[in-house]
Amino acid sequence: MNAALLLERALHLALLLALPPLLPGVVNRVKAIVAGRSGPGLLQGYLDLAKLLRKGAVYSRTTTWIFRAGPVVGLAAVLAAGLLLPLAGRTALLSFPGDVIAFAALLGLSRFFTVLAALDTGSAFEGMGASREASFSAFAEPVLFLVLATLCVAAGAAGFGEVLEPVGTAAAALRHPVLLVAAAALFAVLLAENARIPVDDPNTHLELTMIHEVMVLDHGGPDLAFIQYGAAVKLFLFSALLAHLVLPFPAGPAGAAVLVLGVLGAAVAVGLVESAMARLRMGRVPQFLVGAGALAALALAVLLTRGR
Amino acid sequence: MSLLAAAALLLLAAALAPVLLARRDAAAFRVGTLLTIAACAAGFAGATAALRDGLNVEATFDWPLPIGAVRAGLDPLSAFFLVVLFLVAGLAALHGLAAHPARGGRAGGRAAAFYALTVLAMAGVVAARDGVLFLAAWELMTVASYFLVAHEDERPEARRAGMTYLIFSHAGAALLFVLFALLARHGGGFGFDAVRAAGPLAPALAGTLFGLALAGFGGKAALFPLHLWAPDAYPEAPPHAAALLSGAVSKMGIYGLLRALDLLGPPEGWWGTALVAVGGATAVTGALHAFAQRDLKRLVAYSSVENLGVVALGLGVGVLGRAHGAPLVAWLGFAGALLHVLNHGLVKSLLLLLAGDVADATGTRALDRLGALARRMPVTGGAFLLGALALAGLPPLNVFVSEWLLLSGALRGAATLPAEAAAAAVVALALLALAGGLAAAAFVKAYGVGFLGAPRSTAPLAARDPGGLRQGAVLALAGVCLTLGLAPETAASLPAAAAALAAGLSAPPAAALEPVAALSRGVLLLVLLGAALAAARALLLRRREVRAGATWGCGYEAPTARMQYTAASFPAPALGTFEGLLARNVVGAGPEGYFPAAARREERLVDTAGERFVVPLARRFLQALARVRVLQGGRLQLYLLYVFATLVLLLAWQLVLSP
Repeated sequence: MNAALLLERALHLALLLALPPLLPGVVNRVKAIVAGRSGPGLLQGYLDLAKLLRKGAVYSRTTTWIFRAGPVVGLAAVLAAGLLLPLAGRTALLSFPGDVIAFAALLGLSRFFTVLAALDTGSAFEGMGASREASFSAFAEPVLFLVLATLCVAAGAAGFGEVLEPVGTAAAALRHPVLLVAAAALFAVLLAENARIPVDDPNTHLELTMIHEVMVLDHGGPDLAFIQYGAAVKLFLFSALLAHLVLPFPAGPAGAAVLVLGVLGAAVAVGLVESAMARLRMGRVPQFLVGAGALAALALAVLLTRGR
Repeated sequence: MSLLAAAALLLLAAALAPVLLARRDAAAFRVGTLLTIAACAAGFAGATAALRDGLNVEATFDWPLPIGAVRAGLDPLSAFFLVVLFLVAGLAALHGLAAHPARGGRAGGRAAAFYALTVLAMAGVVAARDGVLFLAAWELMTVASYFLVAHEDERPEARRAGMTYLIFSHAGAALLFVLFALLARHGGGFGFDAVRAAGPLAPALAGTLFGLALAGFGGKAALFPLHLWAPDAYPEAPPHAAALLSGAVSKMGIYGLLRALDLLGPPEGWWGTALVAVGGATAVTGALHAFAQRDLKRLVAYSSVENLGVVALGLGVGVLGRAHGAPLVAWLGFAGALLHVLNHGLVKSLLLLLAGDVADATGTRALDRLGALARRMPVTGGAFLLGALALAGLPPLNVFVSEWLLLSGALRGAATLPAEAAAAAVVALALLALAGGLAAAAFVKAYGVGFLGAPRSTAPLAARDPGGLRQGAVLALAGVCLTLGLAPETAASLPAAAAALAAGLSAPPAAALEPVAALSRGVLLLVLLGAALAAARALLLRRREVRAGATWGCGYEAPTARMQYTAASFPAPALGTFEGLLARNVVGAGPEGYFPAAARREERLVDTAGERFVVPLARRFLQALARVRVLQGGRLQLYLLYVFATLVLLLAWQLVLSP
């Protein structure tokens, strides 16, 4: 392994581990500015995590080991997914044809355990969140796959390494303008999978209208830190994938700089959407996701009929 | 080979012994089942050896009947299915050996005999190398397995499920008779080698034969819309028999499809598209209904439907790849489908056996009367969690590996095949993803409602792990699932040769297993990451205060177990979108107004596939038959006249035709 590759890998790990907690801070700051408030500091996410990691924990007597395993598996799965997505340089830490499927499956594993941990408490509220999360993610899953398929069709390959090739200055999106449509679909999945408006409202104080937050009501201390960190990593991964679709990526460390800009840009976009929109009625969420799926299918149809 | 012959003889003995011991039922069951287990052990050893050595043999046995010689043989495809068959049948029988007497199962001798006969018939189906033996074994398998479905025939539900199964099976078998008759006409004999030697079929004929095979074998594999028998049959059969039915018998439909593809020669692109469409519809329907079910066994049974659909989808991807000259896509599709056959056979028998254990321990199959079983039945709960994770297609379990193989086949197909085939591959991807999402939701629900939370009734309060042999069989199955999931490379190498055969290749493509090696590293990394985080959590909490308390009720102080989300309310947000596939018949209305009086509301789930496709078709068929019924006068003289007239006609035909 030469020095440049080693540097790339170290950079990848550093970005994956250190950057995510910044994103919720950016989103909240944007929302605060739009609303004319000053809002919490950008680093609030890190401070929250540090606080939670120092705390003890209270466990419900109803719960089993599943409740304790949920945050651990949830975080391990999203971090493993982060090893598959190219962040700095051409390839990720682990790269092989078909890694995009493993990426989606790992996000599924994270969700599976989060939902189980919620059901483990026997609480009506957490069951509600679990039910919504399980149901809506069944709609988000095909959209994510259609977006990934669009990328693969455009690149004629089945791995992130070839699909998100950063070599040269032209972005994937410039090679195939229709990928911007797929990017729009991906942005919808990003909002849904990361519990954002218009699918979920992370800042509401009413449990009845929540999805993700209500699932983790019973978690506290390091467990909650794992969950919040995992959620931030997930938002970071979706933002990074989105950035790869719409931005030109130069090779080398400059690519990492573009990635950071792109990810922060995605967080700003999320903040603007949250400022401008209200949450959809729960019954409308499947329609929102089916619409996103139709967008991705449209992009695919254009790619397939116009030739690649 | 001698091991496989020994297995066949032992199975024959296992089918006969209970008849000889008919007076002593318990002994008959034990002897028959023990012989079956021994046969499966021998057969498993023989089949794995044959698979490892890539054995490809064929033998002819002379038979003093007009149909001529009987041919049997073994190739990687057959050997692979034999491995699945003997593994599933052996471990399920081991479970049944303890469970059947413990749950007060009646007529054990009959159960053991028909179990052995079903296994023997399946081995015959897989080994047959001519149409006559194939169909004979096929029919024997259907009839013998009917007696397994309808075993508890004192219950009307079991009788009804058995009859439904029999009708669907025979309707399919009728098509298979046509299929093999047409193949024999093309080949000039019933032997498979004769069919292959006769060269390629005309495209129209090949297409017709493919359609016959898809409908005929699709019924046995419970493919949409011929899946309606499955959700009734599996829950009604004794658990170990249900494991055999779902784990092995339904897989014979897949074997039949693969053998038909083998006989029909190079496929056309639209066959793959048809398989993708049927498989996708099956997978989505099965997963959706699994998500909606409130009966643990029915949920697991519908998940069988889903997974057979996934297998058919994989076959479709393989056929697409083969038809368009993309060996890697073809191999990935077929390898994924075949490995899924093995994986699903293992996981589904695991879950059906566990569902049986849960039903025995609690006296109910209703998810809404269970809850909190993970605490009371830790081993059963742990094994069920493994199975649930596997069927949700998640790493590090075995089903993830097979789904990864066929999904990456579909992804490569979408990326590299010509536009129309790529479009089919994209549809395959999207439907698989939808089915996968729904299946994950279904098993989150099964485990979350059935095993976690607070007890939902008094039923689970006294439940305990069954222990003993039952636990042994279940842990063995769970162990194999976990091992295959932790070692994707080993798992993917099992169907490698059989998949190459199905893809029309002499060996697996060179680059096929490389990504799987990388996948293995990824799985290892995931496990290490999980262990590291678990250690970090333990370290963080070591010197902190960790207390036990009540579940946070958002300020509400007196929650009850009935306030938990139920098996009916959990899937509610998703179901409305799928009215075309699943309807909910509601009788009565729930409590209404500020001061509600007593109310009763009943909701029944309806599989609309039945009402949309199968029932109208059957009704039309019966109407057509009503016209023929004129012939059935009910008078003996009339029937004698028919016999006489037939003889005269045959005589006349012979006289006219023969020179």
